[in-house]
Amino acid sequence: MNSKLTRRRFIKGVIFSGAAATTSTGLYLASNAQSGQGAAERLINLNINGRTRPVDVMPSETLAYTLRYKLDLTGTKIGCNRGECGACTVLINGIPNYSCSVLTHNVKDKAVISIEGVKDADGTLHAVQAAFVTENAPQCGFCTPGQVMSAVALLNNNPRPSRQEVRQALSGNLCRCGAYEHYINGTLRASGQIA
Amino acid sequence: MPSHDVMPNMELYQPVQVEDAIAIADRLAERGWLVGGGQDTYGWLKDRAKSADALIDLSGIEALRGIREISDGIEIGALTTLTEITDNSVIQSQFSLLADAAGRVASPQIRNIGTIGGNVSQDVRCWYYRRGLSCYRAGGNLCYADTPQGMNREHSLFEASRCVAATASDTAPALVALDATMVIQSLNGERTVSAEDYFVGPAIDIENTTDLRPGEILTAVRIPSTWANATFYFEKVADRNVWDFSLVNVAAAFKVNGGIVEDSRIVAGAVQATPRRLTNVENAVRGQAKNAATAESAAAIAVDGARALAHNGFKIPLMQNLVKRAISA
Repeated sequence: MNSKLTRRRFIKGVIFSGAAATTSTGLYLASNAQSGQGAAERLINLNINGRTRPVDVMPSETLAYTLRYKLDLTGTKIGCNRGECGACTVLINGIPNYSCSVLTHNVKDKAVISIEGVKDADGTLHAVQAAFVTENAPQCGFCTPGQVMSAVALLNNNPRPSRQEVRQALSGNLCRCGAYEHYINGTLRASGQIA
Repeated sequence: MPSHDVMPNMELYQPVQVEDAIAIADRLAERGWLVGGGQDTYGWLKDRAKSADALIDLSGIEALRGIREISDGIEIGALTTLTEITDNSVIQSQFSLLADAAGRVASPQIRNIGTIGGNVSQDVRCWYYRRGLSCYRAGGNLCYADTPQGMNREHSLFEASRCVAATASDTAPALVALDATMVIQSLNGERTVSAEDYFVGPAIDIENTTDLRPGEILTAVRIPSTWANATFYFEKVADRNVWDFSLVNVAAAFKVNGGIVEDSRIVAGAVQATPRRLTNVENAVRGQAKNAATAESAAAIAVDGARALAHNGFKIPLMQNLVKRAISA
């Protein structure tokens, strides 16, 4: 057995074939849709993490689905898949949104940053990520990518937020481990207010 | 409840002109589903509780975005996000009631994409209806919530007619209190309807929550200067501070002169299928001092006619206390 065939790769293979089957149905519907004005084109260019690439996107596909299953950007987590947990938070033109509740076709003219895109080009962690490590912020870690995105968006707009402003900015991200204080401390540390 | 990882396959239209959107909406009628931010829509579709042949995505229509000052007040494009409303300086200074209400909706991420048009046009909250059961509102012939075992803690106190579900919107009561006008466009041109008449209860139309008809698009909300810079009060009580829908909310505007209430508009949300304007309370406080004593006597009549279900009796004192605070604050 190929030692490179890790468990994760094997699971991805299964999901891909499922997606391919769904796609063929989508192709049929999309070809109907193109008869009317304003109907969406299936093949679109997506600007993800500063890189533009063409992706074949079903008409009603969510951004979280595209990121994870088409672009292999599995850092974005799907928790509830209905806008009630925040694990799938990404930045769309700098604004935090739930990628499970945005159609991929809605972001084709926009810049999307997912958790894979916040570190520096040389791999250095973003200040928020480094501060979360120092503060032992994640417990199970599932909500962490979303917490990082919300904190990064806050500090981009407000480099020295108050504790209350941090609480407000992270309020759309659930943490079932209850590590909220760690994430708030981490965000304040990243802003240079806790040394 | 089955969970579905993906959206159902549907056609998607992304017009960039209002005229094109109207033409598509008219052609598809009931087979089309208008989407603004989609934050209510996608749950229905993922749950397979409702469906349509095509989504008509309005979010690319720039003409439907933004807040403009008009000759009498302001006009808010229906696709303006709740965050944009909360952060707008004109709304903050003149109509802070709406900024307060919009800022209490759901979570930051949802407010970043959820629109004012969608917030006022969202469907009612009811576990059974949203589960896809064939209740009255879904075209069936029974109500699952108004039964001895029914989960109806979040449901209506007033104006129930077969369906007991309550409105979920936080901005709707604020818009009624501000005497807003909804601007609706279709192939027949533009029509306007007052916010009060935009919302429709089950006695009049059990399958719709608004006056919008297939082929029509809500394009803007106009707020007249009548209540600009009035004394406002908004309060929302929910189980959690984020995400949750109101158990009861109250939006009120007072014109106060020398401590005396000259006029007011007081509206409660989440107590029936539409925002409930409390005209009896408005009449009772007119000409009275805006203080705790007036609040005490007026709040007593705020809940006249309330009919509690098995589990929502707590909403009666909750609503009274919110009205009391609105008047005495």
